[in-house]
Amino acid sequence: MIKLEGLCRDFQVGDQVVHALDHLDLVIRQREYVSIMGPSGSGKSTLLNILGLLDSPSAGNYWLDDISTASMQDDELASVRQKKIGFVFQSFHLVPRMNAVENIELPMVLAGLLPADRRDKVAAALERVGLTNRADHRPDQLSGGERQRVAIARAIVMQPMILLADEPTGNLDRQSGEEIVDLMENLNNQGLTLIVVTHDPAIGNRAQRKVRIEDGRIKIDIQ
Amino acid sequence: MISADLIRFTLSSASSHRLRSGLTALGIGIGVTAVVLLTSIGEGLQQYLLREFTQFGTNIISVSPGKASTFGGSMAAAFNTTRPLSLGDAEALSRVPFVTHTVGTVQGNAEVEGNGRSRRTMVSGTGPYMPRVWSFAVALGEYLPADEQSAPRPFVVLGSKVHAELFAAANPLGKWIRVGGSRFRVIGVMESKGTVLGFDMDDAVYIPVLRAFELFNKDGLVEIGVQYEESASVEEVVAGIRRMMIARHGGEDFTITTQQQMLEVLGSVLNIVTIAVAGLGGISLLVGGVGIFTIMTIAVRERTSEIGLLRSLGAVRRDVRDIFLGESIMLAAFGGISGLLVGGLIVEITKVLVPALPLSYSIPYAIAAETVAILIGLIAGVLPARKAANLNPVDALRTE
Repeated sequence: MIKLEGLCRDFQVGDQVVHALDHLDLVIRQREYVSIMGPSGSGKSTLLNILGLLDSPSAGNYWLDDISTASMQDDELASVRQKKIGFVFQSFHLVPRMNAVENIELPMVLAGLLPADRRDKVAAALERVGLTNRADHRPDQLSGGERQRVAIARAIVMQPMILLADEPTGNLDRQSGEEIVDLMENLNNQGLTLIVVTHDPAIGNRAQRKVRIEDGRIKIDIQ
Repeated sequence: MISADLIRFTLSSASSHRLRSGLTALGIGIGVTAVVLLTSIGEGLQQYLLREFTQFGTNIISVSPGKASTFGGSMAAAFNTTRPLSLGDAEALSRVPFVTHTVGTVQGNAEVEGNGRSRRTMVSGTGPYMPRVWSFAVALGEYLPADEQSAPRPFVVLGSKVHAELFAAANPLGKWIRVGGSRFRVIGVMESKGTVLGFDMDDAVYIPVLRAFELFNKDGLVEIGVQYEESASVEEVVAGIRRMMIARHGGEDFTITTQQQMLEVLGSVLNIVTIAVAGLGGISLLVGGVGIFTIMTIAVRERTSEIGLLRSLGAVRRDVRDIFLGESIMLAAFGGISGLLVGGLIVEITKVLVPALPLSYSIPYAIAAETVAILIGLIAGVLPARKAANLNPVDALRTE
């Protein structure tokens, strides 16, 4: 489903060019559970951003569902992100002035869905993350673990194929972190492709496939 | 994104900073209030002056001595470079097609003595048709008779104020008074007309033109008022007057001013005044716009990570732009509406408290002010919104 070929991403830092990704090849199949680990600066976040179509490669090819993303314009990229990709961030990225339901609704609001069509989907997403009784709470009224659950509900409400998680447990205590990972693994069991970027081996080692990146290249790829 | 959601989204972000949004909107609100108040004064003044002018009727043409390309033919008369307007001219003009009546006038100030009192007042030498031409009726007795234009009897008609000052409530008809030292017999009293453009029509006496010539040692009329049939076309009447005057004077040494022209000039002057005060109010709107620009710039910076999030959730640049533009426009529109309400309220209250002040809430200017406010919101929002739309999603997400 995901196919990367000779992927490069260069950054200009002062008068130096940094190769964050250096001719990286990777294939991820549907329903896989992949962890991407590596030291900071290894390029794992850059890889995630490119997988999430938030960033584009300097060279190389990225096929998503056998479609090359190289020639896609802003509108197309946004539409693919909307339909196929869900993001989970380390800092949750909830909108503070909106309650759980409104936060979860956001992707559908941006997609132009009518309120009547949104209601059931929000309820279902809340149900899946076990937060039905927290529907009208604002982020500042929720615990860290609950916030990340809202963020996950938001990520899956459009029923994407891929869930990209960037240090999803980084801001959580161990127990809430494990609950979040359990939740995501559960979603993976139901058919969602799960890609987790982390530097925490305890989290990373739970994945069926462990990819280790160093200096912009894949060092180890354990299936 | 459907519009209802866009509005809800901008409302939620604006109301999450109630005080800040309120103050920003206030900037525009004050501007709109200023525009409403100033244009209400301008509009009120315009209506007041038009009322003052049109109370004479609109089918009047004035002929004054001297030719000038602009108004102010009497200046030329002061330098005496042209033939004066004579009573003969006035009489001849009454024979021009469609003309119903003419009245030649000359004015001056003189001492009026009667009933043991004296008062310095305006003395107007006019003809018998003055009440008809200027829609100014006689309250008591009669007006100057139409006979003997060449050797008029020493009759005088009093303005209502002069009557009250000299005779109080007593009947003055038949009494002799002195005007500038000459004896005149009172044959009538005019009804009260009040002040017209600061000119008290009631504080005056009206005597035959030839008597006024003698009194002031003048030999020309200040003005000939020509009344024409309402159904006639102004152009035709003006052409007739011009032909007649040129035939009599041998050249165009006079100025013809129609009531319509006066109204037009007055109207355009007042429009300029109103536009100028609206412009002054517009400056405060502009200041409000700067406030919106500042706040929106800050908002984009504060909500950078939210912008990144929206992009990651599938928002295109256009969506981000619309959200911030919408917020900017909403702040301006909200401020504008508050300004309209407050301005309207002040106008209404002032009308009740100070009825003498000519105020009129001008709907077109109110609509214009609100439109300008929204436009300013739009313009003030363009740069911040574009900046937000062009943010790199990865960088935006990383911003905390």
